[in-house]
Amino acid sequence: MTIHADEPRAESGQVVGPREPVPPPSRAALRRADRRRRFRRDWPLLVMVAPTILVLAAFHYLPLLGNVIAFQDYSPFVGILESPIIGLANFERLFGDPDFWRATGNTLGITAFQLVFYFPVPIVLALLINSLLSARLKLFIQSVVYLPHFFSWVLVITLFQQMLGGAGVVNNFLRQNDLGAFDVMTNPDTFILLVTAEGIWKDAGWGMIIFLAALSTVNADLYEAAAVDGASRWRRLWHVTLPALVPVIVLLLIMRLGDALSVGFEQFLLQRGAVGVNASEVLDTYVYYEGVVNGDFAYAGAAGLFKGVVGLLLVLGANKVAHLLGQPGVYSRS
Amino acid sequence: MTTIAERPQAPRRRRHPLRPAWEEEPTPLGRAAKAVVLALVVLAVAFPLYVVVLTSLSPQEAITRAGGLVTVPDGFSLAAYEEILSGGVVTRSVLVSTGLTLFGTLFSTTLTVLAAYGLSRRGSFAHRPLLFAVLLTFLFGPGLIPTYLTVQTFGLLDTYASLVLPTAVAAFNLVVMRSFFMSIPQELTDSARIDGAGEFRILTSLVLPLSKAVTAVIALFYGVGYWNAFFNAFLYLSDNDKWPLQLVLRTYALEGIPIPGAGPIDSVAGGPLPTLAVKMAVVVLAVLPVLFVYPFVQRHFTKGVIVGAVKG
Repeated sequence: MTIHADEPRAESGQVVGPREPVPPPSRAALRRADRRRRFRRDWPLLVMVAPTILVLAAFHYLPLLGNVIAFQDYSPFVGILESPIIGLANFERLFGDPDFWRATGNTLGITAFQLVFYFPVPIVLALLINSLLSARLKLFIQSVVYLPHFFSWVLVITLFQQMLGGAGVVNNFLRQNDLGAFDVMTNPDTFILLVTAEGIWKDAGWGMIIFLAALSTVNADLYEAAAVDGASRWRRLWHVTLPALVPVIVLLLIMRLGDALSVGFEQFLLQRGAVGVNASEVLDTYVYYEGVVNGDFAYAGAAGLFKGVVGLLLVLGANKVAHLLGQPGVYSRS
Repeated sequence: MTTIAERPQAPRRRRHPLRPAWEEEPTPLGRAAKAVVLALVVLAVAFPLYVVVLTSLSPQEAITRAGGLVTVPDGFSLAAYEEILSGGVVTRSVLVSTGLTLFGTLFSTTLTVLAAYGLSRRGSFAHRPLLFAVLLTFLFGPGLIPTYLTVQTFGLLDTYASLVLPTAVAAFNLVVMRSFFMSIPQELTDSARIDGAGEFRILTSLVLPLSKAVTAVIALFYGVGYWNAFFNAFLYLSDNDKWPLQLVLRTYALEGIPIPGAGPIDSVAGGPLPTLAVKMAVVVLAVLPVLFVYPFVQRHFTKGVIVGAVKG
């Protein structure tokens, strides 16, 4: 079309001679030129990103490829590249192993238990602290409850042992007052309670931060309007505060469900000796003992890959459900 | 004969100045319940720490008298600290952990700041696929066994590099940092660019000074991670001469056994089982740096993390 417009018009009678039509640069060429220009402009930024990308490539993406050992008869002497591929044999063995199913059952049980008994704690704590009027008191309590998040699991479990263990403060007190003693640190039957209590002690305060942030965005006029309309405290909590928290709650629920097969490693490794394998073996520790301790790398790799893939599917599935419920979820559909 | 106006008024509680006029006063019962719950929450954190510190500072007789941990101050002794800091296993592990924390934090924070800035300009070359590559690490981890084999293949087993490199950059910290950088008005960096500043110059003399709070918080996160490093050390370091403090804490304080082959706690005395005071002194050493740095960084949490996380 442009060529036509540029051609001298016959009607005007002003033919000045043949003119070379100049074709405009194609879109692809434009993009190429733009890319070159942007590269020349932005290469210092790329240099800044490079070290991080290198680290991620070496210690994240390369191991991701290393998951092929799950399909191999891996031998450490010949390495990943030379080990023969044996298809799904490792997975067949895995799914026929009662120990694997016990570890899976323990993991899912702990996740379910924590969803009921751990998950609401940060929300309640946030509501409680948010209701305080004195800013100084608020800040003080916040600083105190955040603190255990920065302790290591070894430290947390040691503190629990010194408080609740057989020779701990509580049992000492009970014995000195002839009230008998109790044993939670080595009892496999109550292990799930212990693990959840440790989790709450360590991280419930920290988990509260995001709910406090959500609460701080609630428009205070809404409360006043509700109060003027005669809504009681509880009514206001139900109709004004909770709706503001719902997106965050859904988001965190999804993330927790996506992590249903990971309940953490250190907490269980450290208490495995005290409460026994039956109660404390979870998928992460199972992978560690089968792979690194027993040297059965391919088999443990299959267990790890199974856990990773199921976890990914859970996140994607849970996010889908969130979208169906009209919530934004972890990432939006766009 | 008294009029209504003269009748003595029931003493009214002073309203809290911040309580809005429309809000009703809480009932005494509700007020008390809240106070009790919050006091218990604070005590649950503070009491174990108090008992542990007190026991580590008590003489052996006081510990025997108490039959375990000391809950009421009873004498004072630094013997436990003298024993563990006299150049034995614990001293060495404290040095290892300190070095690891300082170096690791510097390394991780530097990488994170550089990458976050490198990815923070809208429309810059290839920033979308690179950011995607970073975010993907969030969603799907490579798994324990392949990571272990990678570290082994690179010949990093039993080296301190194995504690730093595999976990050097956390995608979450990078995203928080990046969204904070993106909230800095672009006119500011553009004007610096017109004045002839290069990207590195803009980062160090313009962007970083504006992001002190968020950088401090990210550095604290990394620092705490390195100080608490247990898992990687447990996995990759079989040589217990190289153990950081958390592994020593586990064997001495949690399991109460001497470390096999590592020699006595105290290089001078024989190798007895660690006493309760010694155990608690190791615990205190493990908490101390966190308690020390925490108050300085804590006030930035809200500013640093929430701004970043909510925006991201």
